[in-house]
Amino acid sequence: MTTTDGYKVRRYSPERGTWGKLTARDSVLRRLDWVMLLAALALSGISTLLVYSATRGRTELNHGDPYYFLLRNILNTGIGLALAVGAVWLGHRALRGAVPILYGISVLLTAAVLTPLGATINGARSWIQLGGGFSIQPSEFTKITITLGMAMLLAAKVDAGDRLHPDHRTVMEALGLAALPIVIILLMPDLGSVMVLVVIVLAVLLSSGASNRWIAGLLGTGVIGCVLIWQLGVLDEYQINRFAAFANPALDPAGVGYNTNQARIAIGSGGLTGSGLFRGSQTTGQFVPEQQTDFIFTVAGEELGFLGAGLIIVLLGVVLWRACRIARETTELYGTVVAAGIIAWFAFQSFENIGMTLGIMPVTGLPLPFVSYGGSSMFAAWIAVGLLQSIKVQRPVSA
Amino acid sequence: MSNLPETGRTSRVTIRLVVIQILVFSLLLTLGGRLWYLQIRSGDQYTAEAANNHIQQVVAPATRGSILDARGVPLADNETRLVVSASRTDLMKMKDKGKGVLTRLAGILELKPEDVAAKVRLCDAKTPQPCWAGSPYQPIPITDEATTQQALQIRERAEDFPGITAEPTAVRRYAGPGGSNTAQVLGYLSPVTDDEIIKAKDSRSPLLRSDQIGRSGLERQYDTELRGKAGVTRYEVDNLGRVIGKAKSDKAEPGANIVTSVDARVQAIAERELDQAMKDARKEMDRNTGVNYKADAGAVVVMESKTGRIVAMASNPTYDPNAWVGGISAKDYQGLTGKDSNFPLLNRAIQGQAAPGSVFKVISATAAVNAGYSFTNNYNCSSSYSIGGQVFKNFESKGYGPIDLGRALEVSCDTVFYDLAYRQWQKDGGNNPKHPADWFYKTAHQFGLGKQTGIDLPNEVRGRVPDRDWKKNYWKSNKDSWCKQGKKDDDSYAGKIAKENCESGMRMRAGDSVNYSIGQGDTLVTPLQMATIYSAISNGGTLYNPTVGKAIVSPDGKRVEEIKPRAHGKLPFDRKTRDQLDRALAGVATNGSAAWRFGGWPQKQIPMHAKTGTAEVYGKQTTSWFATYTEDYTIVMTISQGGTGSGASGPAVRKIYNALYGADDKGKIDAKKALLPRPEAKLPRIQKDGTIEAQAIPSPPARKEDKEDKEEGAAEKPPGTADSTRKPDDPDSTEKPDGPDSTEKPDPAAAGGQDE
Repeated sequence: MTTTDGYKVRRYSPERGTWGKLTARDSVLRRLDWVMLLAALALSGISTLLVYSATRGRTELNHGDPYYFLLRNILNTGIGLALAVGAVWLGHRALRGAVPILYGISVLLTAAVLTPLGATINGARSWIQLGGGFSIQPSEFTKITITLGMAMLLAAKVDAGDRLHPDHRTVMEALGLAALPIVIILLMPDLGSVMVLVVIVLAVLLSSGASNRWIAGLLGTGVIGCVLIWQLGVLDEYQINRFAAFANPALDPAGVGYNTNQARIAIGSGGLTGSGLFRGSQTTGQFVPEQQTDFIFTVAGEELGFLGAGLIIVLLGVVLWRACRIARETTELYGTVVAAGIIAWFAFQSFENIGMTLGIMPVTGLPLPFVSYGGSSMFAAWIAVGLLQSIKVQRPVSA
Repeated sequence: MSNLPETGRTSRVTIRLVVIQILVFSLLLTLGGRLWYLQIRSGDQYTAEAANNHIQQVVAPATRGSILDARGVPLADNETRLVVSASRTDLMKMKDKGKGVLTRLAGILELKPEDVAAKVRLCDAKTPQPCWAGSPYQPIPITDEATTQQALQIRERAEDFPGITAEPTAVRRYAGPGGSNTAQVLGYLSPVTDDEIIKAKDSRSPLLRSDQIGRSGLERQYDTELRGKAGVTRYEVDNLGRVIGKAKSDKAEPGANIVTSVDARVQAIAERELDQAMKDARKEMDRNTGVNYKADAGAVVVMESKTGRIVAMASNPTYDPNAWVGGISAKDYQGLTGKDSNFPLLNRAIQGQAAPGSVFKVISATAAVNAGYSFTNNYNCSSSYSIGGQVFKNFESKGYGPIDLGRALEVSCDTVFYDLAYRQWQKDGGNNPKHPADWFYKTAHQFGLGKQTGIDLPNEVRGRVPDRDWKKNYWKSNKDSWCKQGKKDDDSYAGKIAKENCESGMRMRAGDSVNYSIGQGDTLVTPLQMATIYSAISNGGTLYNPTVGKAIVSPDGKRVEEIKPRAHGKLPFDRKTRDQLDRALAGVATNGSAAWRFGGWPQKQIPMHAKTGTAEVYGKQTTSWFATYTEDYTIVMTISQGGTGSGASGPAVRKIYNALYGADDKGKIDAKKALLPRPEAKLPRIQKDGTIEAQAIPSPPARKEDKEDKEEGAAEKPPGTADSTRKPDDPDSTEKPDGPDSTEKPDPAAAGGQDE
């Protein structure tokens, strides 16, 4: 490509206008991963429709306003987008310095849930009521801070070129950093979030290049932990019942198995093309509890059918595919580890959420990223998208 | 994109990233596969489950069709009662769960508020009756006896009674037109059981919990046609049962009307005369037993000779079919089915069986002709006939000398048939039969005995022809008890019989054959079988399946499905024999055993044929049989423990003929008084709106107060249809007689024969 001198001058001119900055060949906008962004936006769009369909008739929830959840979901998406923009603008590297503060705040908030500030919803004490109908679920943000914190520790020496792989001491520090919030969340008890966090920890350790022994050890600890949790009675009865209903869906269809059974009927009755948006009998009849949050996928299954529900899985796949590309192509380990943590988070949480509506996973209170109604999870997911974009944008590019 | 050396990246990390990526996408593939399985593979199943989930049905029962007589007069129809119902769905939406509304309603209906509240609560394991066992979406009836005044109050103040309806609703009624009852022929309804609902689930006419179904008689036979199709309104409901919309609904289709061949006027007379004949018989002294006749049961059948259609069919003791309407009380039920009830629910015309006595002789005569004995040859009618030391006497030991078969029928000479049967028995090999021809038994089967006539009424019994096969089987199942009783050196009659049966009961003995030839012994027939046979003799030999139903008329009157007479056999005689039999039976009425009952009958205009029978029943009084026919009608009457054929049943049958033809006892025919001089060939007129025109019917004075229904208005008698001058012989004719507590089943071990 031939260029003029004048152009060259302009290109490197610090006085470049805002529009110029945004449209330049090497601008942030051009370097963003638009495919991932559009897929995530599409998911949020579908989310708004599904949330509206699931809640417009639920007068006991929407305060008589059928658009209550619709508007709030749009607002949440907007805030999420803003947070993502903020994440890109700050950049994950800049955030690296702030990680200890962010981590501290998230641990404190998580701990605060256990204090009288916390609110119990569906048997789990996972929320902090903020008043005015707002509440936050700190465990959602913990997913980010654990990823960032562990990545910071594990990648520090490697990115500095001191070591090829994180040493044992670093791994131990990272595990300790993760263990604190995980134990707090286990006490809530929010088993679903704990499962996600454990998977994130595993993926972070894997991608950091930590020794195989750590991976094997962690897996072993996980298994023992599960047995211990079961044996020591940390679980509440409702959680045990959920597992029992998962093992045998025919069990007590009016009680424990009701959720899974109704969810499966809703999805199964959708067929290829679904009953049409707002026309699902299971949805309009409100047969599936928690349908706008944890069971949002059943709305898609019933009203949009295999094509619509499949599209959600494909869009999630697109986000994950682009995220994997970002993880592979970034040149610094910090970015790779953060990306891997987010991938594990999105992938496992999506699998668990959709899997429980399809009856192949036990019921846990986990939202479907980008799709379930809920501010905290929406914000966390969009912050994660911002981080992934930042990793891509701030990658050293060929000149 | 980038070909710079990637610092900070080792192959270990790269490989692990690939592993993570593979794991991630296999998870997504799993989800896709499972989604396909649920939505595409098993989609239909879940669609059905979803439909079950959210559709609730409210059922509006169809109006049951009417059962009409041959002239359109309703025998069973519906009357409208004001039913007040409450919609539970509406009540539950109210703040106080409908308590206020129900209390106000109780006030208007003059009921206790707690009783009304109890009626709308749903039944479960802990709730005692009364409670509502049906669907909670179904309007729950509070009372079916609301007055117009109450209904108006509820309707006018609808805002005070949300969810309450006062609707006229159809309830079954057996009108009993013209004093007829027709109870056993019509049958009755009772609520459907769970088993029946399950059984009918996938059939063409599924049952609803609110349904009543026919339990006997025409109500049962034509239940599917009469019931129609209930209307179903389907509501979409949410998870709490709140109605959120309406789905596809089916309108109720009323049931079809059944036009029968029964003539309510003739039916009324047949019932009355049967009852009177039984009452009269109870005043008669039985010379054999020394006590009055018990006359505990009886039946009469009036049949069209040329088609087999039933004009009247009465069974006594009888009952009021309205007892079943609105649920039968325990006391009534006991009275109808208890041990001391004499079983008035039985239709003795098709379910009562007895030895036929001499009315059987038309079969023996035909059998003799077919076996090669000429009808016109002379046979010795001696006063008694002895076989191997056993003496079989003629009735009243009367001898007539050599007479032909026709005369033998006229005077009902037993010894002629004894002789024929004995000779035939010998020809068949006697006690060592070799390929027996068994003409007498074969002929009985050809006459349709031992099997159902095929009438369109349920639970018809078959009767019995005691042929060699039957004897063998009967002996096998009874020999043990016979032999035990016979061993005891019991010198009583029963003991001797038991001993004899034990030793030779498997064989067709000479005595069996001889007794059988005059209709005594183990033969069992129903009045309907006899009516079928005698109308076949009348019509030239065709055995028709008797029918009560004549046509099924769709509720709009547009589709009329006629029930055509169907034949199930031909009598085994030629034209000549038929005519000889016909002449002989006419002789019975003019100068034979029934002549004293048909004195003054206009034989020239309406040739009458008759045969009397008096069947002996071991341990009981004799059964009276009277079989008669004209060109158009066949009437068979029987009275259990009633005496002789012509004695007990004669006057009643004569009176029925008098009414049919308008004849009086002197033989004068008054066409104006004739109820039905020709069988009703046409169907009643069906009007444009589908209603069937009912012809006028006189109401008998005895039941006048019951008769405030619609045909009353049309009761101005057009000439020639009403027998208004006829005085009822007994105003109490519908009351149950105080019959003795025995059923009609005769003891098969019958004694030797004799006849009038």
